[in-house]
Amino acid sequence: MIIDFGMGNLGSIQNMLKKIGVRAAISSDHGVIASAEKLILPGVGSFDQAVANLNALNLMTLLNEKVLKEKIQLLGVCLGMQLLTRRSEEGSMPGLNWIDAVAVKFRFENEKLRVPHMGWNTVEIAKTDDPLFEGFSDDPRFYFVHSYYVKCDYESDILTTTDYGVRFCSSVVKDNIRGVQFHPEKSHKFGMKLLRNFADL
Amino acid sequence: MLKTRVMPCLLLKESKLVKTIEFKNPNYIGDPINAVMIYNEKEVDELVFLDITATVNNQKPSFKIIQEIATECFMPFTYGGGINNTQDMKTIFGLGVEKIAINSYAVENPTFITEAAKIFGSQSIVASIDVKRTEGGSYRVFTRSGSKNTGLDPVKCARTVETLGAGEILLTSIDKDGTMLGYDTNIIREVAEAVNIPIIACGGAGRIEDFGKAVAAGASAVAAGSLFVYHGPAKGVLINFPSRESLIGILK
Repeated sequence: MIIDFGMGNLGSIQNMLKKIGVRAAISSDHGVIASAEKLILPGVGSFDQAVANLNALNLMTLLNEKVLKEKIQLLGVCLGMQLLTRRSEEGSMPGLNWIDAVAVKFRFENEKLRVPHMGWNTVEIAKTDDPLFEGFSDDPRFYFVHSYYVKCDYESDILTTTDYGVRFCSSVVKDNIRGVQFHPEKSHKFGMKLLRNFADL
Repeated sequence: MLKTRVMPCLLLKESKLVKTIEFKNPNYIGDPINAVMIYNEKEVDELVFLDITATVNNQKPSFKIIQEIATECFMPFTYGGGINNTQDMKTIFGLGVEKIAINSYAVENPTFITEAAKIFGSQSIVASIDVKRTEGGSYRVFTRSGSKNTGLDPVKCARTVETLGAGEILLTSIDKDGTMLGYDTNIIREVAEAVNIPIIACGGAGRIEDFGKAVAAGASAVAAGSLFVYHGPAKGVLINFPSRESLIGILK
């Protein structure tokens, strides 16, 4: 179940899920989301707009219910990962506050690195026992496009890290809640494997 | 880690894959979907598809072929051609396209880039700039698949699109297109020095060694057409992509 809250690129996630034989619907309908077995929270665009859209669709309470009470598996993708935090430097609205973290902007003083961080990069798996990254070889590559990254309060929530001027948290996990900063749906076999692992959780 | 993105830049004409020389004489290459499937196998960094006749024929983008490509494309996909309103862009993004390249319409209506960037985010807007050396030796921006000289200076144009909110610039040399004689590193250098957003160099790549030269001139990413659809001196059609190892050797 892919949550549609008007924030971009849902088609490609569904395309890849279809390719690996996982049934997925795209919807913002409360009834459909309420009956979902798993949720993907995608998102491309700005933080405040995303929060505003979730509010406008009255999805906050329902999502809290599904994720915190029912404890169904949720995967945030890109901005969807940043939405799991308390807040973002990009805006002023509060996030879902499921992970003790904030989203901060890449700032480079001495290095000549361009923002957004756009392109393929490797991830280093910090929690090797997490099933989301089960069966990956040494340096899985994923496609990234982002200007903000998630900074966790607790190291124990960091699932993978990636180096772009700084070593940042490229995916998080806390109980049934996971988020990836990169786009698995555009990351070839690496993304297929990750989404397969998510579907198998 | 390979930081430089290497991407096939593929041309569509009436939903068929073609390849031009200096933006002329489109030569039939084959079925775009077949090409996408091969590039998936080769784990290509990114794909660019440009419809070269949409704007000149006053046609809308072909949503059908875009959807067919997006469904098979498990790497970032940039579409360009015939883009002149945000409604069509919304439809295209919804099909599973990551980035949209805007060329003629943005040059004619610069504020359109700002409008699009505001709605979809700068990271998804590629300003496509086609340049050609005029007889006087200076570079000028051409639109409408190279048929119209705008008289604009590419460096100024690049600065403008950056200010307006473009996330990247696809810089194509019309003179070098299809020649496989190497990139025009002069114009890459001039534009890259003028802006901070990434430059994708396009036009002229004939060997993977050319990528290194474009990057040395300031390109953040390199695109090529002929190199990835032709093989050998006789230019037989063969969809191909160099191995990761060989690219790392050049671009490290």
